[in-house]
Amino acid sequence: MDILTWTYILVGLSFALYIGIAIYTRAGSTKEFYTAGGGVSPLANGMATAADWMSAASFISMAGIIAFSGYDGSVYLMGWTGGYVLLALLLAPYLRKFGKFTVPDFVGDRYYSNKARVVAVFCALFISFTYVAGQMRGVGIVFSRYLEVDIETGVLIGMTIVFFYAVMGGMKGITYTQVAQYCVLIFAFMVPAIFISIQLTGNPIPQLGLGGTVQDGTYLLDKLDGVLLDMGFEEYTSGRKSMTDIFAITLALMVGTAGLPHVIVRFFTVPRVKDARLSAGYALVFIAILYTTAPAIAAFGIYNAIDTVADKPVNELPVWVENWKKTNLITVDDVNNDGIVQYTPNPETNELNIDKDIMVLAAPEIAVLPNWVVGLVAAGGMAAALSTAAGLLLVISTSVSRDLFRTFVPEMTEKTELIIARVSAAFAVIIAGYFGINPPGFVAEVVAFAFGLAAASFFPVIIMGIFSTRMNKEGAIAGMVTGLVFTLAYIIYFKFIQPESNSMDNWWFGISPEGIGTMGMVINFVVCYVVSKLTPPPPEDVQEMIQEIRIPRGAGEAHNH
Amino acid sequence: MDNHKQQMQKYWKRNIRTLLILLAVWFIVSFGFGILLVEPLNAIKIGGYKLGFWFAQQGSIFSFVILIFVYVYRMNKLDEEFDVNEK
Repeated sequence: MDILTWTYILVGLSFALYIGIAIYTRAGSTKEFYTAGGGVSPLANGMATAADWMSAASFISMAGIIAFSGYDGSVYLMGWTGGYVLLALLLAPYLRKFGKFTVPDFVGDRYYSNKARVVAVFCALFISFTYVAGQMRGVGIVFSRYLEVDIETGVLIGMTIVFFYAVMGGMKGITYTQVAQYCVLIFAFMVPAIFISIQLTGNPIPQLGLGGTVQDGTYLLDKLDGVLLDMGFEEYTSGRKSMTDIFAITLALMVGTAGLPHVIVRFFTVPRVKDARLSAGYALVFIAILYTTAPAIAAFGIYNAIDTVADKPVNELPVWVENWKKTNLITVDDVNNDGIVQYTPNPETNELNIDKDIMVLAAPEIAVLPNWVVGLVAAGGMAAALSTAAGLLLVISTSVSRDLFRTFVPEMTEKTELIIARVSAAFAVIIAGYFGINPPGFVAEVVAFAFGLAAASFFPVIIMGIFSTRMNKEGAIAGMVTGLVFTLAYIIYFKFIQPESNSMDNWWFGISPEGIGTMGMVINFVVCYVVSKLTPPPPEDVQEMIQEIRIPRGAGEAHNH
Repeated sequence: MDNHKQQMQKYWKRNIRTLLILLAVWFIVSFGFGILLVEPLNAIKIGGYKLGFWFAQQGSIFSFVILIFVYVYRMNKLDEEFDVNEK
């Protein structure tokens, strides 16, 4: 069977599975809609969290970025996993004990202020919309490449599916669909990785294969370093970015991860504080499987690509190059007309351009794996994009129905709230779909916003809310606003106002806009500390509440009063 | 009641101590070995991996997983000791 048939079968089967689960797990109450009734087992929740977290970017783009940046790509590997340690140790258990549904809920109650709540709602909405637009784009790319439909049709199909289970099932439907999606995506990621690892290094475990030897007996990484040096590139295993910048970006991504509302909300769905801790551990195990395999796929991919294309005659290129040339994601241009493909760091003489997004998608074709593997990767990419999109849509709908409507119209019934939640989820799907079809030209830049904002706004305020009984609303609001404004201003200046001056010489302390969330976070911490010292302490009952969330016992009853 | 309060303060102190130790390890394996000390560590090779590079792309992630499970274990014991665990 050809690739297209396999893709239709595998993607179709996976969709049927998701829809089946959605029908089976329809949500009947707001509690089920927001937090799946708080009754999800830690293992299932860990899997769902992993699927929620690993987006089209983790599945499709990350290995590609690492392939072309080598050591520098480590910022994503460490940044997007290390955040879970912060989450498990500093946030998840306490927020679970607090026992409400959302991050703005916590901010509003802890800082006894609707102003703080509204600031938090807008941060949550902005971060989620930024993210979801990128996911719908990922869905579109997978559809258009593998199902050979245009990107608009692709996004529409994706929207319909997400709409179906996010709007019907709420968190309950999403959680169980995400468990299935995790299984699909991890299987799809591992199968080609294992195949390629055996082909190249003889070792079936990609994590070991990366440190193994290729056929001529030299180590794969040494050989890659040598080949890249010969062609005028930097060594694969050493970095080009400054150490300060690597440090700042990694920290911003870690802290940003721990501050992302759609990740935090996952820990409200388990029954006990104990389970929240454990669930973060399971989530990281499931994430680590993909994240430790990605650097192997990256190195294998770039090695294979160079091996099969560089310095080869232009008219004898392998089939995968011809296939992907049609999408313009790979271009070969014989600039000096010598009939050979030169791959160099100099844009004047370089004749080969490979888009980083195709590294994972094309890897099975590059390694000439069976057609069903290619179809499987397509289904995996869809699973990654859909699961993250659904999680984000839920945050958006919850923010609107609960944090905005409930705050200002407290007397509405649960039934009305559920209707508002569903209607806002539907709206969010439509807006996300619009961005998927007409992506703003700056999707990549906007991602820096999402992490920077989460790091500079939510993280310090939540941490201080738990670990300091003295932190008051004045400090929290001042901290959130200054952290946010500073980070936004820095990113907007370098990305939109003066993009030509976006280089190391002009950055403050050599920190790029991607890493500036770290500085925003520090500023937030300092400002909220100083302001809280100068203003009265929080009221007695709030201080008691803080003591209360520090102790695990009694988490189950929190919903009832 | 006062006795209870003191107990809870003690519980919280012990909790913070556990956190600080684990976060120190978190910092050392990632920011320490993977970033600040990456060059000296790259002089050591394990198989085909330079050690600093290995920490940055593999070792730090494995360590993170272990850290969370150590935390879960330590906290469950602490909760039991202070009788604040969930039934």
